[in-house]
Amino acid sequence: MSLLPTRPLTDTSSDGLKAYLKGLPGVDQVGLEARAATLATRSIKNESKIWAIDTAISMVDLTTLEGMDTPGKVKAMCAKALRPDPTDNTCPSVAAVCVYGDLVPTARDAVQNQIHVAAVATAFPSGRASMDVKLMDTKEAVAAGADEIDMVIDRGAFLAGDYAKVFNEIVAIKQACGTAHLKVILETGELKTYDNVRRASWLAMEAGADFIKTSTGKVSPAATLPVTLLMLEAVRDFADKTGTKVGVKAAGGIKTSKDAIKYLVLVNETVGNGWLTPDLFRFGASTLLNDLLQQRQRMRDGHYSGPDYVTID
Amino acid sequence: MTFDYAPAPESRAIVDIDSNYGLFIGGKFVEPKSGEYFKTINPATEEVLSEVAEAGQADVDAAVAAARKAYEKTWSKMSGKDRAKYIFRIARIIQERSRELAVLETLDNGKPIRESRDVDIPLVAAHFFYHAGWADKLEFAGYGPDPKSLGVAAQVIPWNFPLLMLAWKIAPALACGNTVVLKPAETTPLTALAFADICQQADLPPGVVNIITGAGDTGRMLVEHPDVNKVAFTGSTEVGKAIQRAVAGTNKKLTLELGGKAANILFDDAPIDQAIEGIVNGIYFNQGHVCCAGSRLLLQESIAEEALHSLKRRLQTLRLGDPMDKNTDIGAINSQAQLAKIEELTKSGEDEGADRWSPACPIPEKGFWFPPTVFTNVTQAHRIAREEIFGPVLSVLTFRTPEEAVEKANNTPFGLSAGIWTDKGSRILWMASQVRSGIVWANTFNRFDPASPFGGYKESGFGREGGITGLGAYLDAEDKS
Repeated sequence: MSLLPTRPLTDTSSDGLKAYLKGLPGVDQVGLEARAATLATRSIKNESKIWAIDTAISMVDLTTLEGMDTPGKVKAMCAKALRPDPTDNTCPSVAAVCVYGDLVPTARDAVQNQIHVAAVATAFPSGRASMDVKLMDTKEAVAAGADEIDMVIDRGAFLAGDYAKVFNEIVAIKQACGTAHLKVILETGELKTYDNVRRASWLAMEAGADFIKTSTGKVSPAATLPVTLLMLEAVRDFADKTGTKVGVKAAGGIKTSKDAIKYLVLVNETVGNGWLTPDLFRFGASTLLNDLLQQRQRMRDGHYSGPDYVTID
Repeated sequence: MTFDYAPAPESRAIVDIDSNYGLFIGGKFVEPKSGEYFKTINPATEEVLSEVAEAGQADVDAAVAAARKAYEKTWSKMSGKDRAKYIFRIARIIQERSRELAVLETLDNGKPIRESRDVDIPLVAAHFFYHAGWADKLEFAGYGPDPKSLGVAAQVIPWNFPLLMLAWKIAPALACGNTVVLKPAETTPLTALAFADICQQADLPPGVVNIITGAGDTGRMLVEHPDVNKVAFTGSTEVGKAIQRAVAGTNKKLTLELGGKAANILFDDAPIDQAIEGIVNGIYFNQGHVCCAGSRLLLQESIAEEALHSLKRRLQTLRLGDPMDKNTDIGAINSQAQLAKIEELTKSGEDEGADRWSPACPIPEKGFWFPPTVFTNVTQAHRIAREEIFGPVLSVLTFRTPEEAVEKANNTPFGLSAGIWTDKGSRILWMASQVRSGIVWANTFNRFDPASPFGGYKESGFGREGGITGLGAYLDAEDKS
């Protein structure tokens, strides 16, 4: 008996995966939420805050995932992603732009090779399509120049206990990605329990995820502090067991600098400073960036500027 | 660059500490007849905060007389509904002045501001609110149709949760219609004196609450005073025994809340991350100055190595330092004397062959500090497994079966609290019925609520504080505990 699963995972049949995932330690909801709430009381001031804001900006996947997206909208967002604050050269670029697959060529053309282009794939956001469609969705995005793929897991299969289906899909998509990085969206708002989140995290990591991501942003609740803390514990334990570092992306619902800094504190005190890099932690967000920019200007100038002093793209 | 948190100190401008304080007797601050004063310091800096009066026999007599007069003339004659108004008023003022009280508590005690702000003071207010609600409903509490108050309560409290222990003592006493003479610990008198100010602000009738400061002798004079009807003490088992001897043969009703050596029992199916958090909270909260601290960790042997790995990793993120910094997890040890006791006992742990470990942890130059410490390879025979250390020191032992866990948990003269960590509900219930301690926490630790009775078995004392049960200690009725 041990606390964490014994590696390596050899039996990837549904029964094998079920036994493996049920061997994971349980999660106490009250304790997890209390820990997240305590860490949220950390008070980040002065030079730490300046550092945290720049770090958070550099971790943003600037996202537009709307039915009304157009090439014009994506181009404007890409310009913003490259130079979030056109009045200040010291402001870092964001990590990536995140768009639907059909807009990857537009985004790639706009950002060239300066930052990453991430595409959502696999019948985002519901994941309700045949495997062939999901694979084609992924391959097209990669061929069009996406260097990161944000896939969704089949929550229906997961909740029905068909872990092998979820596992095999991730393995197949990972293969279709080639050299592109794979982020696996768990959609924790639909998994509902923390035990499910821990199991889905390990399932995705075992299947080859480079990142595990909380949410599509289309389901409420999206990212929360407790769920992100739990996923950070999962990547920490996975790295302990395997030596492989998997990233975490908190997506949806993070709107203010204050919130973003709370997430950085979670990372710092759960997996440590080594994870505070865009290679291992990301924010999936659209409105967060402007609040980070306003706070950045305030730290620089000593006073608030206002929403008209940051660009709206 | 690393994510180091810049200093985020809470401002102390909100508190206004006088250079000296008299005794609060009969609704007024008065000079001590003894003429003696002693200093109270900030244990994190050794700065003298103020001088407070040392009450002698004549002062104790005056305080008890004031309480007696207020009891006979005012408080015992007042309806429960009217008593409730005063107690509710006190509770609201505590909330309004919560930041001031938190800062004052941290300065005088050394505990982190995060704890005084988020734990101590909110609980203090909650205790007054809860007991205010009882004041006009005592006939429904199960102590008969018309339960009577006792008279004058002599209350002596410790330094680990100064204002919270005051609330545990004063709130039920007042709700049940008693008047009070309370002596705070000599190292932490300031929040009790601030409470005296709150009593004035609330227009509490003079003499209902009297606060006298002093050391052990003052406390002895108070509990031995012939005109008190009730003695309530929280503190060391040694002093508790002396009080019990002094009270023997009198009509004084007595409750004692004494030491502890709680076992935190971790099974292999525990929710491990939350269990580690609970173990850390159980022993390092308030620098381990907690009578119900989980100072013995009982690990199921099959997972001991993994659990220790997780525990040590977690301890490396604890932040020790300036208690006024909002990011501090571990503050200062309350006094030089307590630090010496912790050092003596931890040395015995090493001498007796246990393995000592602490995370790398810079210690401030001034003040009294002790790093979070873990002892492994501890057996039941070691002093660090048997004696209360009252500091941030955890002794780790192992067990093989649930029965053995129960035996080891119970194999102590104390019996205040215990923690059980397992995902198995049936095991929680079985363990809770077997462990001889007044409080059993399951998958949590150090949780307090005014509605939940608190108290011990064996040398951890008797009587309960809090909840319906706790009211019995302040009513002329059979004790329900």
